[in-house]
Amino acid sequence: MSTWEIVIFTLIKILVIFTIMMLTVSYLVYFERRISAWTQNRLGPNRVGWEGVLQPFADVFKLLLKEDIVPEQAEKKIHSLAPVIALFVAFTTYAVIPIGPSFNFFDYNISLVVADVNMGILYVLALTSLGVYAITLAGWSSGSKYSLLGGIRSSAQMISYEISMGFSVGGVILLSESLRPIAIVESQGLWMWNAWIQPIGFITFLVSAFAETNRLPFDLPEAEPELVGGFHTEYSSMKFAGFFLAEYANMIISSALIITLYLGGYQIPFIDITTLGLAHWFEVLIYITAFFFKMGALLFFFLWVRWTIPRFRYDQLMNLGWKVMFPLALLNIIWVAVLIMVFNL
Amino acid sequence: MPMLTEFGKIFIFLLTAILFVVVAVVAAKLIRPSRPTREKLLTYECGENTEGTPWVKFNIRFYVVALIFLIFDVEVVLLIPWAMVYQSFGFSGYIVGVIFLLLLGLGMAYEWRKGDLEWERPKIVPPVLAEKMNLEKPDQLTPKEISI
Repeated sequence: MSTWEIVIFTLIKILVIFTIMMLTVSYLVYFERRISAWTQNRLGPNRVGWEGVLQPFADVFKLLLKEDIVPEQAEKKIHSLAPVIALFVAFTTYAVIPIGPSFNFFDYNISLVVADVNMGILYVLALTSLGVYAITLAGWSSGSKYSLLGGIRSSAQMISYEISMGFSVGGVILLSESLRPIAIVESQGLWMWNAWIQPIGFITFLVSAFAETNRLPFDLPEAEPELVGGFHTEYSSMKFAGFFLAEYANMIISSALIITLYLGGYQIPFIDITTLGLAHWFEVLIYITAFFFKMGALLFFFLWVRWTIPRFRYDQLMNLGWKVMFPLALLNIIWVAVLIMVFNL
Repeated sequence: MPMLTEFGKIFIFLLTAILFVVVAVVAAKLIRPSRPTREKLLTYECGENTEGTPWVKFNIRFYVVALIFLIFDVEVVLLIPWAMVYQSFGFSGYIVGVIFLLLLGLGMAYEWRKGDLEWERPKIVPPVLAEKMNLEKPDQLTPKEISI
């Protein structure tokens, strides 16, 4: 393949990924509202289009047409920069996550990942750490007490849980001996998923992912009853939409990451579909479907937890992060190391 | 022939993401109305007038948490190369890793013992009703005093 062909294929992949992301984000918001309504025995949005399926588009247009209010006390430049950082981080993280194996399309071998870098997991960890800046800057620059408190709380929460996240990833790398997402998926094989081998690491990573995406029960940064809206109190219009989209895009990324690291990526448990003698394109289609099925299940889990569990108090949150999750993640690394020593995995 | 590396693809991804975000922000700026009034531009404080500076003092604990984070995040970075090559070193690799993790655990135990992980919260003071009513001296609670 010549360089131009590679560039064109990359651009097509990026466009497809962006479209999928935007659609999933909008419909995630819709499903969140419908599922919350269903949990609380209400109806939820059901007027725009059949059963309210056009609601996300209506919301986006409404937010586009709203006036943008920047309070006088705010640091204007940083105030506009913060949602841009949030959106940018949320979109770029997806570059290294594989949604399927590579396949042959006419003469081209196409891998279903935008960039197959050999240190993809480090890239994801680095970008998720950048996400802290968006919220901290938003909280600080708004010139409002609620925003400041929300921003500071959020940065402390996110950096605390980043530690246990990093250590849980250490357990995965021990087994896969690689930071390439595709290698990690393939090292898990058909059924030896990391979630079974290292359940403690899976749980610490899952909890840290909830905390990193600021979802309930960890949504202290925007705790409505005490902080109005937290770091986005002073945001409106498209800037608010930026934070809103980034939150949901982060949910999608963390579930994709959990699938890649712990739930066998695009693979189907126990069934080796390469032995079934199906057409090549059909196999690839099954892999992609498996990936999106897992993703849907995890996203439903995110929503389900949100509408089931009440919010933590702040000291409980920090205690859980430092005194429970961090030691557990350390134990998990030792556990995996012992497993490798004993069973020579 | 110049080839596009995988990081080059990431670079294209970053450029596209920046373009996308900038287009979204600028398009919204062109469409939406802008009619600011004084009331709209005030800082939100539940309908009251703003009191004092918005950059209030906050708890020193947040600073301590940031310091602890810095230490342990560096150690995550040190752990990843070990995890990458662990399987090719056998038992010696295991011993090295366990010593490193033990040191980490010691550091953690030190922070814990020093109380840097405790989050301050108001002490729950038991009700002092008994003291106030002087229940230890029952002779003061004569029926004569109570029935006023």
